[in-house]
Amino acid sequence: MHGRPRKSATPVDENASALKAAKIRSLQTQFLQNHHNNIYTKEALELNAKLLETNPEYMTAWNYRKLAFEHNLISQSDAEKADSDHIKSIIDEELRVVENALRTNFKSYGAWHHRKWVVSKGNSSTERELKLLNMFQKQDTRNFHAWNYRRFIAGLKNISDEKELQYTTDMINDNFSNYSAWHNRSVLLSNLLEKKAEGYFPKETFLTEEYEFVRNAVFTDPDDQSGWFYHLWLLDQTVKVDMPVMVSSWPPCDSDINLPVASEVKFPVVLYFNEPVEGISSHTVIVQIEDDVFKDITWSPLSTNKFGCGQAWVTHLSIPHEKFNFSKIYEVKIKSEDSRGITSLSGVPCSRPWSFAFRVSVKDVQPDEGQSFGRIMLTDESFCTIDTNLNKTNLLKSYFELKTSDDDQITSSKWKLEMIDNEIAHYRELLTWADCKIGKLTLARLLMAYDSMTSSATPIAHVEEVLQLYSELMKLDTPHQQYYKDEYSLVLLKQVTSSMESLLKHCWQYKSTPSSITGSICLRLNSLSLSRIGSIERLLWVQSLDLSHNQLHSIEGLEALQLLSCLNLSHNKLASFTALDPLRFLKSLKVLNVSHNEIGSHTIDTRRYQCSSPMSHTIDYDPKFEEFANGDAKLVNFWEAYTVFGGLNLMQLDIVGNVAVDERFVSFLVKLLHGLKWLDGEELH
Amino acid sequence: MAETESYPPIDPTNFDLIVVGTGLPESIIAAAASTAGKTVLHLDPNPFYGSHYSSLTLQDLVSFLNSHSEIPKTNSLQSDDTTILHVNARPLYSDVEISSYDDSLEEHSRKFNLDLSGPRVLFCADLSVNLLLQSTANQYVEFKNIDASYVGDGNGNIMNVPDSKSAVFKDKTLKYSEKNQLNSFFKLVQGHLEAVKSVDVVIDDGKIISDEDLESPFVVFLDKMKLPPKIKSIILYAIAMVDYDQDAGESCKVILKTKDGIDRLALYHSSVGRFPNALGALIYPIYGQGELPQAFCRRAAVKGCLYVLRMPVISVLLNKDSGSYKGVKLVSGQELTSDKLVMDPSFTITSSLVNSPSNVSKLARGICITKSSLKPDISNCLVIYPPRSLYPDQTTSIRILQLGSNLAVCPSGMFVFYISVVCDNALEGKKSLHAAIDNLFSVHTNETDSKELKPTLLWSALYIQDLIEGSVGPVVTTPTPDGNLNYNDLLDATSKLFKKLYPDDEFFPETLNTDSSDKLEDDSEVVLDS
Repeated sequence: MHGRPRKSATPVDENASALKAAKIRSLQTQFLQNHHNNIYTKEALELNAKLLETNPEYMTAWNYRKLAFEHNLISQSDAEKADSDHIKSIIDEELRVVENALRTNFKSYGAWHHRKWVVSKGNSSTERELKLLNMFQKQDTRNFHAWNYRRFIAGLKNISDEKELQYTTDMINDNFSNYSAWHNRSVLLSNLLEKKAEGYFPKETFLTEEYEFVRNAVFTDPDDQSGWFYHLWLLDQTVKVDMPVMVSSWPPCDSDINLPVASEVKFPVVLYFNEPVEGISSHTVIVQIEDDVFKDITWSPLSTNKFGCGQAWVTHLSIPHEKFNFSKIYEVKIKSEDSRGITSLSGVPCSRPWSFAFRVSVKDVQPDEGQSFGRIMLTDESFCTIDTNLNKTNLLKSYFELKTSDDDQITSSKWKLEMIDNEIAHYRELLTWADCKIGKLTLARLLMAYDSMTSSATPIAHVEEVLQLYSELMKLDTPHQQYYKDEYSLVLLKQVTSSMESLLKHCWQYKSTPSSITGSICLRLNSLSLSRIGSIERLLWVQSLDLSHNQLHSIEGLEALQLLSCLNLSHNKLASFTALDPLRFLKSLKVLNVSHNEIGSHTIDTRRYQCSSPMSHTIDYDPKFEEFANGDAKLVNFWEAYTVFGGLNLMQLDIVGNVAVDERFVSFLVKLLHGLKWLDGEELH
Repeated sequence: MAETESYPPIDPTNFDLIVVGTGLPESIIAAAASTAGKTVLHLDPNPFYGSHYSSLTLQDLVSFLNSHSEIPKTNSLQSDDTTILHVNARPLYSDVEISSYDDSLEEHSRKFNLDLSGPRVLFCADLSVNLLLQSTANQYVEFKNIDASYVGDGNGNIMNVPDSKSAVFKDKTLKYSEKNQLNSFFKLVQGHLEAVKSVDVVIDDGKIISDEDLESPFVVFLDKMKLPPKIKSIILYAIAMVDYDQDAGESCKVILKTKDGIDRLALYHSSVGRFPNALGALIYPIYGQGELPQAFCRRAAVKGCLYVLRMPVISVLLNKDSGSYKGVKLVSGQELTSDKLVMDPSFTITSSLVNSPSNVSKLARGICITKSSLKPDISNCLVIYPPRSLYPDQTTSIRILQLGSNLAVCPSGMFVFYISVVCDNALEGKKSLHAAIDNLFSVHTNETDSKELKPTLLWSALYIQDLIEGSVGPVVTTPTPDGNLNYNDLLDATSKLFKKLYPDDEFFPETLNTDSSDKLEDDSEVVLDS
């Protein structure tokens, strides 16, 4: 079925297909007439069957059959109703038509769907369906329609997952280059795991066997990707944490933070999870300042999708005015005792209680506002190395202090470590004779998995090797270069954030007199060839971030950095305003440099189509824009920029060096951003 | 002569071709000539079809072996215008050694169909299968799979031959690195074959094996590919089915070239999966190999060939003046004339006109019967003992074919084993046969101490067969069964003989109703599993 070259049509073939087309057209006209007049006689059905057997792709014709089927069942006489043979004969006729249509085209969606529809009405032999499937699956072993239908029949017939698993084993033994069989295997094993079926729990034993099984495929033919896909699934099964875990926060656990006092003392609290979660609310998370429990707290997800979920969640706490006391240190506790309400996207609850506390003190400092705002320079010359004795770095420490993990987690991770270590040894060996890209990718992933399981105790050991592998892959497999670049970036960031020491190497301070912005540490991750951002859980404290001179095409993840007030994104590959979407969430952002990117250089914003679902995007048309544009047709094109910048209180913006930026756009920005003092280096009045 | 009366007279008395002997090459020539519109008379002195390619009952086999190992006498006569040359039997067999450990076998004698030319199988993509399809003789034969093939070592162990990608995947004994090496080699060969086949595509130098390599010995190429000895041995002896020890250097009789090795691999791999209902590469005809000559005889009969069995030819008639072939005289005394004569090689004619084959090479064959299989769940399988696997100076590979009763070659509950090995002399051949038998079976005259898992030998026949190639003279003689596992070389030789006989006629022209070979493959049900 696969890899058969297409032969060019001969005049004879063309004649034949012209004849066929004429036949189909005539059948189609007659059929549509029947359809419109609701004629469901035997003759009409036979005509329809003829049409479907020549062209099984005709959905309308299948739908007509469904209508006819129901019509003929209802309209039958009482005697016929009592006669189960009659019903059976109607069903058999439907199945026969489908079977013939499938012989014409194995991959007809309409035909398979019709069969499913008829069989789900009952009264047909699932045994016969299974036989038919066996025949079809012998002829085209990886036809996914047949595999889908098989799952459906297995469900109807209550065939045990173990038995179906054996079937996949047999099919794989016949020819392991069968994505569908490997896929069905992963589906069945997931079911068995979920049920904790005998022999599949704990998953250690079965994983060992599966790794061995798939290793045979991968070693026999490393260029055949079907086994590798299954291997990735296994790896995921091995390393994945079974439930969502709160991994980081701002303010960090057991930290002391100082807040300047303004009209009110307000500060963000960010919870950061290992995966996107939903259900964070005042019911699931209790916030307590001193002894007062805060009831009416709203948590919102920091995420550019609109499904009400996010890896990071934020709320803004304020210490009530009447409680102000400058000498006082406020103890804030955030806990989730019964956190089952918090669930991952797949519905797995976060079933382990967690809590953390930090201390807040208030200092009497006059805010900057009202003072003149000098331009903040973000060039190399504006920074000097950091004095590590500064107590500013104390906060960082909290992100690197060991969290005690439970005993059972340690024992369970012992076999995981051994398993992955074993896999690493095998694939290192494989790569000594086979220069295969997916082998390198798998090894890189295995090494990272290994490191992530040990990194709590030892520093990341394999990063250099992994970075090397990804660099090789970029050269070896240019069509997927972007993916490897992204992975490279994530690994590099993991390395940078792996220890306090390595992170401090990237921490700088401003030479200029400290203000609310320049007084903070600037994390400089510039010129690292980064194409995307990761390791956010270790960066929640960052107020000033330099990502200039990288290859960023996305800044997803930055939305969680709620303290960010100064961000340099100049000289990257950001290609549209949509790519800047995460900035919407950064309410403290004052200084932004997006100069010398590629905004507007691509006529089609491909990023839109790269997100998981085009429907998930949050950028909706904002009706306020209409008001703002006030009928100025020239501004209509800037609605995306409006949604990104409209909610920000920027004081300094550099945006020069982008295709989209012209005079009109600049005047639009000036109109939009009231607080803006500096635009592209020029002071505004 | 009282017997003479029992021989029916043959009418007509003049033919285009007279064929003596119903072995496979003679039967194919008879069928091809009939198909080409010749009038053919096909004679056989035996009461059964197949001659030395036949499958016989236990008793018939023993008597056939014995009667074809005696030395006959010769003389010649002259008459007015004709030289009469007596036709004598030439013994093809020698050193026949029959051992029976169980008298009860004799009762079942008729339930056996024992091949004289075993071990032999068909590769699904080989010439014999193509010829069966092309000549439509396939309608007279049914086949079953050989379920497995194994490589044996000297310690009584046999391991699966990982002969395809899925077999490599499933194999439990190979190391992961070996799996990779073996399959990579398969892919290399496949890539080469595809690159060679696709003429219109720009030649991808990386994929084509260089001419220099193709002309070098296969074993050297395998070494160059850095294949370890174990993998090398599997490829050479269990897939390419090489006879002689390729590592023996100068002393090796036949060294396989890389290009031939690759052809053999290609044959093997295109055999796997050629027919959807055949699982492996190898198939075997139900009721024995003797079915094949019979199928061609039936094909010939349909096309008008006349058959007379139990009809010995006693002499060949030559024109006295020219000395050219004229006709034959039957045992009944009747004289028949024809343009051409084909005889099987077990006949000799006392005349200088007929080339007497010289320098005969030998083949040791063995037939064994047991009550149990080598592997519990496997009924039909092939076992290869590569050179040096059984004893240090074993210079050739020994092939054993096990067949069960589902092929209707023996009573149910029994198994037949065919063993063969090429050899220089009887001594050497017998040594190899005995080494294989000792390694595979146990021999117990009494029932005590039979704890061994090896099958117990009930009966065996060991014999040495002469290997004679076909020859063309005034009389054409066909080749004897060769030492190969399949019929490819024999069929090549046979079609060449036919071309010499009838240079202007096509050897089984493609018939009209099956105009494309694609169609043949799709439509034909060569294997029937039931």
